[in-house]
Amino acid sequence: MVPKQGMIVEVENLSVGYEGNVVLEKITFTVPAGAIFGILGGSGVGKSTLLKHMIGLYPPLCGEVKIFGRSIVNCPETEKYRLMRRFGVTYQGGALFSSMTVGENVALPLETYTNLNKSEIARRVQEKLALVDLQGAANVMPAELSGGMKKRAGLARAMALDPKLLFFDEPSAGLDPITSVELDELLLRLRAQFGTTIVIVTHELASIFGITDTVILLDKQAKTIVAEGDPRKLRDHSPSLWVHDFLNRQGYDHAPANQE
Amino acid sequence: MTKSVKPNPIVDMMDKIGGAAATFGNDVCFFICFLGELAKASLVLIRHPGRFRGRDMLYYMDLCGSQALPIVICICYLMGVILGFQFALQAQKVGAEIYVADGVGFSILKELGPLMVAVISTGRAGSAFAAEIGTMKVNEEISALETMGFSPVGFLVVPKLLAMLFTMPLLIVFGDFAGLTGGFTVAVTMMKLTPVSYIDRTLEVLLPSTLTMGVLKGLVFAAVIALVGCMRGFQAKSDAQGVGRATTSSVVSSIFMIVVADAVLTRLYTLWGY
Ligand SMILES: Nc1ncnc2c1ncn2[C@@H]1O[C@H](COP(=O)(O)OP(=O)(O)OP(=O)(O)O)[C@@H](O)[C@H]1O
Ligand SMILES: [Mg+2]
Repeated sequence: MVPKQGMIVEVENLSVGYEGNVVLEKITFTVPAGAIFGILGGSGVGKSTLLKHMIGLYPPLCGEVKIFGRSIVNCPETEKYRLMRRFGVTYQGGALFSSMTVGENVALPLETYTNLNKSEIARRVQEKLALVDLQGAANVMPAELSGGMKKRAGLARAMALDPKLLFFDEPSAGLDPITSVELDELLLRLRAQFGTTIVIVTHELASIFGITDTVILLDKQAKTIVAEGDPRKLRDHSPSLWVHDFLNRQGYDHAPANQE
Repeated sequence: MTKSVKPNPIVDMMDKIGGAAATFGNDVCFFICFLGELAKASLVLIRHPGRFRGRDMLYYMDLCGSQALPIVICICYLMGVILGFQFALQAQKVGAEIYVADGVGFSILKELGPLMVAVISTGRAGSAFAAEIGTMKVNEEISALETMGFSPVGFLVVPKLLAMLFTMPLLIVFGDFAGLTGGFTVAVTMMKLTPVSYIDRTLEVLLPSTLTMGVLKGLVFAAVIALVGCMRGFQAKSDAQGVGRATTSSVVSSIFMIVVADAVLTRLYTLWGY
């Protein structure tokens, strides 16, 4: 079923954009099972855009995305929805359903896709909320949560069905350093316990070095991947000044166009 | 390229007309796709009835039905009063006061009852649907629905549509009675008709089918309001102004479509002899 052995996500020659406006092009990478994979880049390069195309929300301009070995680009809608249920996504703003309580948000996929009874669902909701440190928030409306809490609640919802693959847009943006470290630890724990493969979009250096095994670095001018590999090695040994500076946070004086 | 072109009013006008036509064409295409999505989502819901959002439907039935009842009764009653006055003025000229009952009865049951209820529901429900879906789009809630494997149309549109289809006929029946009461009030207070004679005349000329045909029109209006409202919500640009524009255009387009549908239905009814 998985053609490239052990690859959970395969992106090949992907071009993404809106209404013919190319945001990123010629994106090719693979995410192996059990990896924590980082998509990095400055604000507005198209990290969220790339993510949304990878999870099948928008049709790409061209190229192919396979998740669990199955194409999410060229497949009938029912197939696509079935595939989508097998992974969890957490959005930059949480994207909780604002007309339901946090608990109902987390319960929704369980109610729809499992045959669990009410008490079992309630137990699982509590379990997932405890995992993200939101035990008391089950009966709160999303509007009453802070930005970081929304994000964590979104993570709880994404994990409701215990997916083997999680996509996470900006896990630590808007969180205080301590919560952000806790979230990183949670992601590491998820991988250790359940073998979850995690794809995160981020520009938090602490998270990058703390948890990711492999990263791709996107650049706005080049509109594509400018570096790929272990972030620690890239930081110390990249031939490109810009990559070096991005990962050492020294400003953006050197555009990659100037590099040789 | 940089040379400034003198604005030519005719070219400008042609440009605007063309733009409007293109927008209209896009809307029609979008609407057809939307209907297709709806059909697909309905099939899925029939196969998995457990996925139907029954609680949402009850919520919308309350929002679009019970909460709209006072304003519907109030407006339809006043509509009846206004019609009563107008018909009375004309009828008194020829001494045919009793025909006010015919005038008010037919106008309310066949046209104004359903139409007024539809206009009120557009303002209340249609705009709320557009704003709700538009806001959900801004908050990425629609994307979240999709990646959770829900069809947004099945999840969001079907409960609203069914709620409208259930509540609209009831609202129209209430509205019709309120309208008739309005006419009655004018007849007995202003024209010195006896209550019994007015009621007798009303019951004599109005058939159950008159009421039914009006209520059936209401079903079409209900579908128009729910579908146009939701469609405009899905079309909303992902910003606050986008949601505002979606709401406005949902009201404008659905009133337009209601009037068009009314014209078509009235023509059809006359062809069938009603
Ligand atoms: N819905 C949309 N329609 C058209 N253009 C869009 C849309 N969303 C984003 N863009 C454009 O695509 C580009 C990439 O946006 P994106 O949100 O992917 O950036 P990002 O890398 O996630 O930034 P950030 O780190 O700030 O979240 C931006 O130039 C943006 O203006
Ligand atoms: Mg982003």
